[in-house]
Amino acid sequence: MKNNCPNIFKICLPLFLLAAVIARGQNEITIEQNITVMGMTKPIPVALDGFSGETLNVLKFDLYVQGFSFVGPDAAQYIISGSNAGNVQGRVTDRFAKRSLLSRSYTGASMRREAHAFSDDIVLAITGKKGIAQTKIAFKDEAPDGDGEIYVADFDGHNTQAVTHDGAIVAAPAWVPGRLALYYTSYKLGNPDIFRHDLSTGQRQAVARYSGLNSSAAISPDGTRVAMILSKSGSPNVYICNADGTGLKKLTTTSEDSSPCWSPDGQWICFATKINSRRLLAKVPAGGGEVRVLRTVGVSNPTEPDWSPDGKWIAFTSQMGEFDICVVPAGGGAATVLVPGEDPSWAPNSRTLVCARRTASYRYVLSLLDAPTKQVKDVPRVSGSDSQPAWAR
Amino acid sequence: MKTTKLIFPLVLALAAVLATSGCKHKPVGLTNLPGQRPLVGNNDNLNTMPPGPTYDPNAGVKTGGGDLASTDLFDGMVPDRAALAADTIHFAYDSSVIRSTEKPNLALVAQALSSDPSAKLLIEGNCDERGTEEYNRSLGERRALAAREALAKLGVDPMRIETRSFGKDKPVNPGHDESAWSQNRRDDFVLLHPKAGV
Repeated sequence: MKNNCPNIFKICLPLFLLAAVIARGQNEITIEQNITVMGMTKPIPVALDGFSGETLNVLKFDLYVQGFSFVGPDAAQYIISGSNAGNVQGRVTDRFAKRSLLSRSYTGASMRREAHAFSDDIVLAITGKKGIAQTKIAFKDEAPDGDGEIYVADFDGHNTQAVTHDGAIVAAPAWVPGRLALYYTSYKLGNPDIFRHDLSTGQRQAVARYSGLNSSAAISPDGTRVAMILSKSGSPNVYICNADGTGLKKLTTTSEDSSPCWSPDGQWICFATKINSRRLLAKVPAGGGEVRVLRTVGVSNPTEPDWSPDGKWIAFTSQMGEFDICVVPAGGGAATVLVPGEDPSWAPNSRTLVCARRTASYRYVLSLLDAPTKQVKDVPRVSGSDSQPAWAR
Repeated sequence: MKTTKLIFPLVLALAAVLATSGCKHKPVGLTNLPGQRPLVGNNDNLNTMPPGPTYDPNAGVKTGGGDLASTDLFDGMVPDRAALAADTIHFAYDSSVIRSTEKPNLALVAQALSSDPSAKLLIEGNCDERGTEEYNRSLGERRALAAREALAKLGVDPMRIETRSFGKDKPVNPGHDESAWSQNRRDDFVLLHPKAGV
């Protein structure tokens, strides 16, 4: 009997697991999906039924760039059914649990906005996390002569609105977190200067107009401080100042610094630099201190870092012949190459990225990337070359 | 023993099916979306904008590069792009090092400045398209600053020089091959004259 006891366990345990898999199969899949492996997570299979035209396109676009795939009803884990006759209404059913997760009708807005609101509810019902379909992006649109304007748009590139009408070179728009306000670089007055632009009033003010380069503003999570690149002391370095440009302080003495970004706790600034002729990512305490190299093992020439809102990842561009979007754990380590592209910016969900992709005609188009599944969709272009996207968050 | 092995999973499976069955028909919830106003207002005040903080022009003058001169010192000067158009210098890929082949052109620029003490200089740093945008904006600035440092060594007061990087936004050759790229990795020199009558 003493020897039998372990044997019973050996035989019963697998049977127990098998029974659990057969009876509640979808839970096994759910557990797998909750472990986010950048670039290697399987999409969540859903079936769409009853939608047409713009509503169907919006739902498919929104869900695709947040890690869903579209299959027949027999292969789907969730059935999304409903209609867009008159207004958008729909249901989400968990096919395995045979349970309704959502049943809702949307009124009072365009079909697009109703569909976006529905897709946000779908994402929340299935994943428990907030969807991104009603968020905004900012970017620059550049004409062949190099001049351009700053634009804002829905995250999917629709409803574009020009922020500037200057006919000057512009660069590096950045949102004030939680506010309808941007910082960006404009050559309107000759030199590359940094301006703050309140989107609701149209008021703008100069934040940095020093000699030489003033560019790449990045606003702290609490909106009170701005990191940026200035060259006024003879070398492009990371500086920090108050939101209105006062209280300037130099943070680095490295060489050829560019593209600062903030850690979501406001403690660190990550940036691209050159040390001993090698391009690297580094970070420096926002209050000043020692510069530390952020290791990006497996890739070279990293630039354009962006720290995920959940604090776990840093997305960046690597240049190894071509340009690729990569992610690395925020503490540094092994980098994962995702897809071709440049200048990634995280969505509030810490999984979708917007980036710029070079087309065959050497222009940029904005592209959305779901980092865990590597699913990519381009967004419509304004006119010339659209790049340097920044996700409002 | 054998019956235990078979019944145990079956009971589990039955319990699981019971727990998840039972079709519910809730009433449809309603989300009314509020009206949307344009995101971007249009009360632009750029033309009446205060100049904003600028660098203290009284900061010590250093040779061999160092702090840049205040933008105020260049306000209202008239650019002459033709004067030094032939003296553009070029760079190797991803480099801001001034090669010896470029030094004769720099000497000509220094000579132009020494022969006209009222003139100042704008150095425009540029890159080819093979880099990310803000990286190139910093690299272009480094290229302009490298020429400024070299001119200071030739005796030009660096406070007469301002630098401006265009990154890869102003290629001189729109092509996409090494021949175009090598022309685009450059510093252009723009002579600045005081406004007539001043």
